[in-house]
Amino acid sequence: MLEIKNLYVSVQGKQIINGLNLKVNAGEVHAIMGPNGTGKSTLASVIAGNTAYEVTEGEIIYNGKNLMELSIEDRAREGVFLGFQYPVEIPGVSMTNFMRTALDEIRQYRGQEPLSAGAFLKYMNQKKELVELHDKLNNRSVNQGFSGGEKKKNEIFQMAMLEPQLAILDETDSGLDIDALRIVASGVNKLKTKENATVVITHYQRLLDYIVPDFVHVMYEGKIVKTGDKNLALELEEKGYDWIKKELMA
Amino acid sequence: MSNQQDILGEVTTSDYKYGFYSDIETEVIPKGLSEEVIRIISAKKNEPEWLLDFRLKSYQKWLSMETPRWAHLNIPSIDFQNIIYFAAPKKKAQYESLDEVDPELIDTFNKLGISLEEQKVLSGVAVDAVIDSVSVKTTFSDTLSKLGILFMSFSEAVHKHPDLVKKYLGSVVPAADNYFAALNSAVFSDGSFCYIPKGVRSPVELSTYFRINAANTGQFERTLIIADEGAYVSYLEGCTAPQRDENQLHAAIVEIIAHTDAEVKYSTVQNWYPGDKEGKGGIYNFVTKRGMCQGDRSKISWTQVETGSAITWKYPSCILKGDYSVGEFYSVAVTNNMQQADTGSKMIHLGKHTKSTIISKGISAGKSHNSYRGLVRINPKAEHSRNFSQCDSLLLGDKCGAHTFPYIETNNPTGIVEHEATTSKISDEQLFYCKQRGIDTEKAIGLIVNGYAKEVLNQLPMEFAVEAQKLLSISLEGSVG
Repeated sequence: MLEIKNLYVSVQGKQIINGLNLKVNAGEVHAIMGPNGTGKSTLASVIAGNTAYEVTEGEIIYNGKNLMELSIEDRAREGVFLGFQYPVEIPGVSMTNFMRTALDEIRQYRGQEPLSAGAFLKYMNQKKELVELHDKLNNRSVNQGFSGGEKKKNEIFQMAMLEPQLAILDETDSGLDIDALRIVASGVNKLKTKENATVVITHYQRLLDYIVPDFVHVMYEGKIVKTGDKNLALELEEKGYDWIKKELMA
Repeated sequence: MSNQQDILGEVTTSDYKYGFYSDIETEVIPKGLSEEVIRIISAKKNEPEWLLDFRLKSYQKWLSMETPRWAHLNIPSIDFQNIIYFAAPKKKAQYESLDEVDPELIDTFNKLGISLEEQKVLSGVAVDAVIDSVSVKTTFSDTLSKLGILFMSFSEAVHKHPDLVKKYLGSVVPAADNYFAALNSAVFSDGSFCYIPKGVRSPVELSTYFRINAANTGQFERTLIIADEGAYVSYLEGCTAPQRDENQLHAAIVEIIAHTDAEVKYSTVQNWYPGDKEGKGGIYNFVTKRGMCQGDRSKISWTQVETGSAITWKYPSCILKGDYSVGEFYSVAVTNNMQQADTGSKMIHLGKHTKSTIISKGISAGKSHNSYRGLVRINPKAEHSRNFSQCDSLLLGDKCGAHTFPYIETNNPTGIVEHEATTSKISDEQLFYCKQRGIDTEKAIGLIVNGYAKEVLNQLPMEFAVEAQKLLSISLEGSVG
């Protein structure tokens, strides 16, 4: 579904990603771990199409299409979803209005009729259950006045609404207490199908107790330097990242 | 992020969507302004002597005045002799049904998406449609007349209710109030008149669509709204104008009088032709709108959505004379391309325990300039009066300007005046977030701007709010640069 080949990315002349390769198939869950500042969030932003980053080399193929040729919104419409590490506030725009606009746009792109107001609200209420966000959500402005936990639940709620094929969750676990973490993770698990894939970016092994990955990648200095199964995450938790650095030096 | 600027630039290059011209036969008098022209206008309208006097006195005052220069506007000099001061559609019969109305006119309304038919059936709004200067169509007058509500063209009121007109005309905005008010008082063509009798709450929203139509015709509307004791009315004024190359002058006056316990809510959506991207053409809009809270516990509320005109000079105000009276001003002003707006409000507290609120949301795009100018004055006898003002500016792009000129004069130590102001930009993060959810730049900007203006849009009646939202998005298609 997703294949990243020899990717190089810089921002304001500073090289962040240095020849990264990654392949994600439908039905898989991947975890990307690594110390701060190794380019994990940059990778997520680049896949989503954030123009603040410059791709200097390499390619990103998604469902046979060259993602680099698609606008940010078309990538989203093709089924790429980014769960933001820092969800953005949009004052005065209600979640209902925001989601309805987004869903209409995506449906239109796919040649589907827009949902009627009634059907939309029903759909929205159903999806809210998934992350235990309650009734008040509809009329609240996008992320405004949300607690840290609510913001992250809101990201998963939006993922549930838009039903992406490829979801990249950028540090969705940061700032969550243990209950919120459980809710968020169970939301992600419930959304898992054979047709979609999830890439989870995280610092901590803790999230992976709930969202069990098929692959764990360690990112360091802009590259994936080690790949393993879920046991790699446990090993990292125990030993820290230093042993990987040492391994690389050797 | 130079990309961002490119996108914004691109998004702000769409053309005015209401630029069409309806070919309705129009009767005009020659260009220019003189005592003679004023006499002709008055004679054509078959006016009583006192009204001609009012006009002539106003004209004399106007001659002694000068164009105001204090606004943050670059106003080209206006040749007042090159303007036609009276134009009326030739077919001016009163109609019983829509079938009798000039099909061209119906077509015009259809293009605007505000067909009378639709309005009649769906929204229950009585519409007094003013195309150029003479009222063409009035609906719901029967329903209204049963309640004793008078809602008619100004000219009609002059003949049918001369005592009311004579009593209130110029009582809130005197002829010598300012240059453009004096001009209007001398040459006003027509407009709307509305009187709500004691204790009556108008069951429908009264609505007037003004539309400048004939080429080179100055538009000098005059609106007078009187709410008697305990009365209530919500009044809507909406404007769009066809695209035109010559600049057109508009100098209207709106006067509102609210007696004891009366409430008037006045809402405007203004979308006159703003000129093209280079600033060519467009309407000059110099309006004097003022309400008098005459009686105790009276309330006047202004809500405006201003997206059009090349130049806007407009300060809907309240004089809070009655004790415990309330004045409100809610405004969204959008400027794009080369548009200039200097708008705001004046709240003059005279009575005790008077209260006023000003919420102003400016949105600037393109190379436009958007200024808020407001005056809050607490007079010595206005014990325990309060004002709260909030002036927010939103900048789209890096070539536009937002300015705030708040004047506060408090002459009573028990008064409380608060002023808050913010300036913000649509952030790249917000746009990225929207786009990542599949929403394109244009729609994202529409969403964000409507969200920003929500506090004000919420004040509008439902149907109007929907129209205003569309308008904001449309004007920002070409206005986010």
